[in-house]
Amino acid sequence: METIQEVLYYYSQNAGYVWEQFYRHFLMAAYGVILAAFIAIPVGILIARYHKLSIWVMSLANIIQTIPALAMLAVLMLVMGLGTNTVVFALFLYSLLPIIKNTYTGIQNVDHALLESGKAMGMTKLQVLRMVELPLALSVIMAGLRTALVITIGIATIGTFIGAGGLGDIILRGTNATDGTAIILAGAIPTALMAVIADVVMGWIERKLSPMKKRKGTVKLVEEPVV
Amino acid sequence: MLKFDHVSKMYKGGKKAVNNLSLEFKKGEFIVFIGPSGCGKTTTMKMINRLIEPSEGSIYINGENILEKDPVQLRREIGYVIQQIGLFPHMTIQENISLVPKLLKWPEEKRRTRARELLELVDMTPEYLERFPHELSGGQQQRIGVLRALAADQSLILMDEPFGALDPITRDSLQEEFKKLQQKLGKTIVFVTHDMDEALKLADQIVILRDGQLVQVGTPDEILRNPANDFVEEFIGKERLVQARPNIQTVGQVMNPNPVTVTEDKTLSEAIQIMKHHRVDALLVIDEKQVLKGYIDVEIIDQTRKKATHVGDVLVRELLTVDKDTLVRDTIRKILKKGMKYVPVIDQKQRLVGIVTRASLVDIVYDSIWGEEESIQ
Repeated sequence: METIQEVLYYYSQNAGYVWEQFYRHFLMAAYGVILAAFIAIPVGILIARYHKLSIWVMSLANIIQTIPALAMLAVLMLVMGLGTNTVVFALFLYSLLPIIKNTYTGIQNVDHALLESGKAMGMTKLQVLRMVELPLALSVIMAGLRTALVITIGIATIGTFIGAGGLGDIILRGTNATDGTAIILAGAIPTALMAVIADVVMGWIERKLSPMKKRKGTVKLVEEPVV
Repeated sequence: MLKFDHVSKMYKGGKKAVNNLSLEFKKGEFIVFIGPSGCGKTTTMKMINRLIEPSEGSIYINGENILEKDPVQLRREIGYVIQQIGLFPHMTIQENISLVPKLLKWPEEKRRTRARELLELVDMTPEYLERFPHELSGGQQQRIGVLRALAADQSLILMDEPFGALDPITRDSLQEEFKKLQQKLGKTIVFVTHDMDEALKLADQIVILRDGQLVQVGTPDEILRNPANDFVEEFIGKERLVQARPNIQTVGQVMNPNPVTVTEDKTLSEAIQIMKHHRVDALLVIDEKQVLKGYIDVEIIDQTRKKATHVGDVLVRELLTVDKDTLVRDTIRKILKKGMKYVPVIDQKQRLVGIVTRASLVDIVYDSIWGEEESIQ
């Protein structure tokens, strides 16, 4: 009980600071994902077209994913120096795999019959992509962004080690202080909360974009019997 | 309208999917490609809109070589319906139907009117326009699939087993509906199926393929009447051939070739002798050249025997005859409708060659019901 009161006390005293770090934390994660999306979605589309490339691209993205976050930050720091940009870049790298993978899967899973229909009706390749493949793969691609965002919110916490700020700052401060449990919690709880909220919100968007779920809940008219 | 000129399709490894195919069809014909799986029927169809490029030869639509056209433009001018229906699940029925018009950059208003018009063709209300495909039944979805192929008023429509995935009852009604629609709109249809019943029901021209080779082309009647070889016969199926027999047999094949006759110069008592001997109640009257003159029956003889002596004096000259080359089904109708006991069969020179009696009809019906079982035994 005492700890909770301490956490609340910390918030009441440092509301501005916590909010600022919360916001900063979110922005880092979001920038990382958005930048990654610009690269990863086209790459995903590309490897869905040229299957031979997919093994190489996927392996590379997989390797990136296996590098421990702290090691990655340290190496990037050597090249890019301290600061927020280095962290955003690291988050960008970690976002690549889930987005590429989901874009690839999403486009691969579009029913072949639909692609043939589109082509046979006289769509150009670009029109097939724009009018058929992307809309149908959209919810799967969104699922990739959602995974990426949750991952990056977690990883952004350690950005504090190279001076990027964020909620990690508060946690680190707590670990340095004597009896810092309350301060650690004060940083950790909003981080977890942010990840959960991001997951829920993105999940909602994902469902909204799903082609089959449209207009769910509207009254279905009685089907006419086939004579 | 549609012409294949020595078209072949070879796949890598030299396998010939379609071999040297030459065909020509008229506008407004319902053409059905049929054959066992792997016979090249779908490949042949897909070459028409260049989803598959022919390796050799050329294809002409209205005299234009399609290989010289832009494939995208070409496909917008040809309707396409597939078995999997292929409606886009993220688009409304309205958007699905008016997709090709949209690609052709028709104005929005025109697209809407067109979609409504089309929906009326299949007796669906305009409220369906705002629905999504998954809200419709399978049969309704394929109706929309067909409408989509008609949307830009394409004069040629390709269909790849469009009714194959539907339940038999829906399929039947859709086939009928579609055949009517095709005749009404005068479209040329290229239809691929492996279902002989469907082919016989819908086709104006049936093209039978096997291993990429053309086996036979003809109207359903022609193919049923003269299957080109054992393969076609087997493919049509004995059952169908037997069932189809009354429809395609000529009178010459089923008639009794030895009718009981009498000549005009015979006396009535001679005539009655003949009747008694053959146990019949009527005689066909012919002259020495076998030309049919009329008939006499036992009632006439009974009423006139006091007044006349010769057959020539009393014969009834008006009687209905059939030519030996007419189809049995037409004859059956005549006999049944007019309640006649028999119909004499003549050739082009009015010579009597046989007779179809009610007993012959019984034989035909017996054959079509039990004939096949006997042939198996």
